[in-house]
Amino acid sequence: MDGFVFDIAHLLAGGLVLVSFMMLYQDRLQALINVYALHAVVLALSVAWQAFIQDAPHLYVTAAIALVFKAIVIPVALHRIILRLGIHREVETAVGIGLTMLAGIGLVALSMAVMLQFTAGANPLAREDLAFALSVLLLGLLMMVTRRNAVSQVIGFMSLENGLVLAATGAKGMPLVVEISVTFSIIIAFIVIGIFLFRIRERFDTVDVRALDDFRGDRR
Amino acid sequence: MTDPVALSLWCVAALLATAVLGVALSRSGAATRLVYGVATAISVAALLSAAVRLLNPLSDTATLILPLGLPWIGAHFRLDVLSAFFLIVVNLGGAAASLYGLGYGRHESAPHRVLPFFPAFLAGMNLVVLSSDAFSFLLSWEFMSLTSWAMVLAHHRDAQNTRAGYVYLVMATFGTFALLLAFGLLAGPNGGYAFDAIRSSARTPMVSALVLILMLLGAGSKAGLVPLHVWLPLAHPAAPSHVSALMSGVMTKVAVYGFIRVVFDLLGEPAWWAGLLVLAIGSITAVLGILSALMEKDIKRLLAYSTIENIGIVFISLGLSLAFKANGMAAAAALALVAALFHVLNHSMFKSLLFFGAGAVLTATGERDMDKLGGLIHRMPATSVLFLIGCVAISALPPLNGFASEWLAFQAVLISPDLPQWALRLAVPAAGGMLALSAALAAACFVKAYGISFLGRPRSSAAETAVEVDRYSVAAMAILAALCLLAGILPGGVVDTLAPVTQALMGSSMPVQLHTPWLSLVPIAQSRSSYNGLLVLVFIAASSGFAVYFIHRFASRIIRRAAAWACAFPEFTPAMQYSAGSFSQPIRRVFGTLVFRAKEKVDMPAPGDVRPARLTVSMSDLSWEAIYAPIGGAVMLVADRLNFLQFLTIRRYLSVVFVLLVTLLLVVAVWR
Amino acid sequence: MEMIADLAVQGLQMALVLLLAPLLTGLVRKIKSRLMRRRGASVFQPYRDLLRLMRKDVVLADNASWLFRAAPYLIFATTWVAASLIPTFATGLLFAWSADLIAIIALVGSARFFLALAGMDVGTSFGGIGSSREVMIASLAEPAMLLIVFTLALTAGSTQLSTVSAFMASDHIGLRVSVGMALVGLIMVALAENSRIPVDNPATHLELTMVHEAMVLEYSGRHLAMLEFAASLKLLLYISLIACLFVPWGLAAAEDGPTTYAVGIAVYLLKLLVGAALLALFETAIAKMRVFRVPQFMGAALMLGLLGTLLLFVSRSI
Repeated sequence: MDGFVFDIAHLLAGGLVLVSFMMLYQDRLQALINVYALHAVVLALSVAWQAFIQDAPHLYVTAAIALVFKAIVIPVALHRIILRLGIHREVETAVGIGLTMLAGIGLVALSMAVMLQFTAGANPLAREDLAFALSVLLLGLLMMVTRRNAVSQVIGFMSLENGLVLAATGAKGMPLVVEISVTFSIIIAFIVIGIFLFRIRERFDTVDVRALDDFRGDRR
Repeated sequence: MTDPVALSLWCVAALLATAVLGVALSRSGAATRLVYGVATAISVAALLSAAVRLLNPLSDTATLILPLGLPWIGAHFRLDVLSAFFLIVVNLGGAAASLYGLGYGRHESAPHRVLPFFPAFLAGMNLVVLSSDAFSFLLSWEFMSLTSWAMVLAHHRDAQNTRAGYVYLVMATFGTFALLLAFGLLAGPNGGYAFDAIRSSARTPMVSALVLILMLLGAGSKAGLVPLHVWLPLAHPAAPSHVSALMSGVMTKVAVYGFIRVVFDLLGEPAWWAGLLVLAIGSITAVLGILSALMEKDIKRLLAYSTIENIGIVFISLGLSLAFKANGMAAAAALALVAALFHVLNHSMFKSLLFFGAGAVLTATGERDMDKLGGLIHRMPATSVLFLIGCVAISALPPLNGFASEWLAFQAVLISPDLPQWALRLAVPAAGGMLALSAALAAACFVKAYGISFLGRPRSSAAETAVEVDRYSVAAMAILAALCLLAGILPGGVVDTLAPVTQALMGSSMPVQLHTPWLSLVPIAQSRSSYNGLLVLVFIAASSGFAVYFIHRFASRIIRRAAAWACAFPEFTPAMQYSAGSFSQPIRRVFGTLVFRAKEKVDMPAPGDVRPARLTVSMSDLSWEAIYAPIGGAVMLVADRLNFLQFLTIRRYLSVVFVLLVTLLLVVAVWR
Repeated sequence: MEMIADLAVQGLQMALVLLLAPLLTGLVRKIKSRLMRRRGASVFQPYRDLLRLMRKDVVLADNASWLFRAAPYLIFATTWVAASLIPTFATGLLFAWSADLIAIIALVGSARFFLALAGMDVGTSFGGIGSSREVMIASLAEPAMLLIVFTLALTAGSTQLSTVSAFMASDHIGLRVSVGMALVGLIMVALAENSRIPVDNPATHLELTMVHEAMVLEYSGRHLAMLEFAASLKLLLYISLIACLFVPWGLAAAEDGPTTYAVGIAVYLLKLLVGAALLALFETAIAKMRVFRVPQFMGAALMLGLLGTLLLFVSRSI
């Protein structure tokens, strides 16, 4: 039973890393938001499983926050904002997608190397969860760094925060996880609102961005 | 039983005598046949003697000391199992090239510039492998470089060849300088230059590290490791084709021999990061080499870049072997070393075959540019079959030999998780991925090489009027193709022959292969992995035989000839076929933008303007731009600044001498 | 006597694979048609197509060479050998050890090599398009496949298919992230190698959208029959591979009797049916991606393989 428990936790944590890679792979904004919703769902499942095996009912609340707020509310809100403001539908990348994914692999290797080396004495489940969580964090940061579009940068930040939640829940007995999750979610909400207030102010005078697409042509 | 060292040295002496003969007779008509014929015979003799030595591994390996060279060192020569293996590689290539030269040499426009140097080149390579002290090694190495340089400049009127020769000379000098420093460090303050003395002396880890890096620079530049490879694609194609085959197929292997001799034999226990360094350099070399080959349209440059890729593969296996050796995993180290040496043998065979094919194409059409070839499969039937075998072998497709050595390399990668160091644990899967990537890209490259040159329709009148080459060339290619097939079907035999080499270097060897059921290749255990080339060949033959029989019995046998369908395009000119550049365009777009900064520019005329549209593809060689151009620029700058020293007055010159003398005396006085 | 029995079972495997391949293709097409609310042709239509093609004359281009004529047989033979080496209903067959996973991938690679050459033989632009795109896709699909094989080999401690599927069917495996990644990667590679949507459209004859179809454009008659048969065999190969590696339950062992074999065959047919249904569903639900998105897709598969291998190298228990 113990091995099975390990395996499901690993599977969910590894799944989170996989979904982070899927986010790096997307080249359309709406697909990106949907994949982020998936990311939040996997996080919710992972946290719920941790609540189950650690016998910590307060983590169910964190899972519920992740599910409701991050998997449903924010993606829906982002979809509507994109439509309303006519933001570019394509994810503009500063570096090619293939190269970004290669850098992502390097970051995963790095976080494995760091985490597994320096937590040599700890509980193996916690160690590997931390390694995965650091990977998700770094991948989120990579996404913020390699994308020009503000929405994709926000999503990168939110996936980064998902990684932090994973780390927090993985470490057994970390206090105030729920409170920290709520605080982070409020911060994110403010960031998202703030960015879009800026954008609305900027674009008030400009032409609808959709019209600019006609002159763009194929990039390569 | 004659001492095999002495026998090999007599062969070398005979080759040098042939070289002299070549000088004497070079203007006469029979010289070509005589020189190449004698060289073939001598190479075969040397090959047999080395084979006998390798197959009797327990016989004595005495060092033969000749009173040549420096009086206080003498010239040491030794034929141990490692040298025997590399002598086989050298002389196999030499014999094949000489046989090829019997036919190809007739078309040589400047035989007096090639004939004397060819046997000397073979002699030099043999001597490098036989040398057992630093002085003879370096002397033979330089001799080898100089004779090949002379042949690179055989057609010196062509500006490209002159530049190739110049770059080659500079890089060869740099390489020898690095080797000189390496041997100096190895010999130590006591100056024991004989390899036996070096083997038994101890060194600090710092000195070992320096020697390793210097060997990578010295032997690596001759072998073609990135970024020291820049001379290879210039020099190898410039030489006549059989010499290109020798340079690519054999000389690079002599460089690998030098590296193995010093790092695996003379240096003693390696540090674990040595494996990491060699692995990293090998992987980068493999991928960059084959990507550059894909971008080429000159068939000989493509083959030269492919050599770089294969050397990368050899160094990946060598890096793995070093890593295992440093961690005391002797059996795994033996497996990796066998993979490297097997690939050395394979590459020398199929690369020579491919260069011979390219030479045949060049003789028949006068063209090296693939965009002017095409349809040669109809005009040159024998060459096209043999070149195809070479392409299949180098693309690592079963059941030929390229696959067997790559399979062993992959097996070595799969043992690697037991390595304790983190950096190695992260680097080995990356290296495995790059090895797989280079193998797939190699197949793409050789589909391009064969498809554009031999298939399709002729793109120029030269290709339309090509004829098959003479029988010596075809015979040389056929022998190599047969050996490729043999090595692919019986890889166990090759592995068993290499066992004494790994035993001598590692203290361990792979399990005996010839006792496995059905002659499979079982590197570790049957349940873990096994491969049987013979059975795969039999299966493929049986399946295709069955299919042919079935079809011809039950299906319609009628064949009608008509114009090509081509989706009902009415006029299909040969210019509408894919060219070398267009074939590699998808790959250029995927990899080239990053690796070569490839840019495509389309210059479309305005509507109404009847001039043709122009597509320009620009690519840059990063190693040239990042390393050589700045160094060259710096050297030129310094030279310009110092040029004034040429034009001083006599008084100024005397003052310089005076100042230097006074400074020297001051230094001596102060430093007491 | 035992040798003859073993040989018979191996022969049964080879015949089974050959007979089932067109049925599988027919099944996929039928399910796709049904999903699109068409009646669709019978599942046995591919057999009839092959017979029809075999009876037709071959029309060869004027400048087609011997390679063009020989390639279909070589491609068919290598694909058939590769497909027969994958355990379908039983592991540990007589010649199963003669080629491990790496050799099977290389055999498929040989088939692709000759197909690409055949595409270039007649010297039309379409052949060139097909061959150049095929080698581009292969240059990423093959390393991805090899890294996936590495992941599985490191998990199971062997590259022999029989050993790997026995390991996967046993209790030692558990649910592992690397294996999950390997599965996703293998599905992506299988889609690319079999020229399925989203990589290539097997039903198209529009020049700009074809890869595999472009290479076989000039073929007709019995040669085309061989190539279509080889394509069906390749699809069977990949589905069998996924089944034997990731759904290995129901595979008989070499020593078992005829009843276990019969059960194995029945389970195998079920797996093929499920595989065909899933493939058809996936192809109907997704659109084909543009050509230069395919390298990114393959790159993602390569990254998955690399990630799986890396996780195994770095920590043996993940």
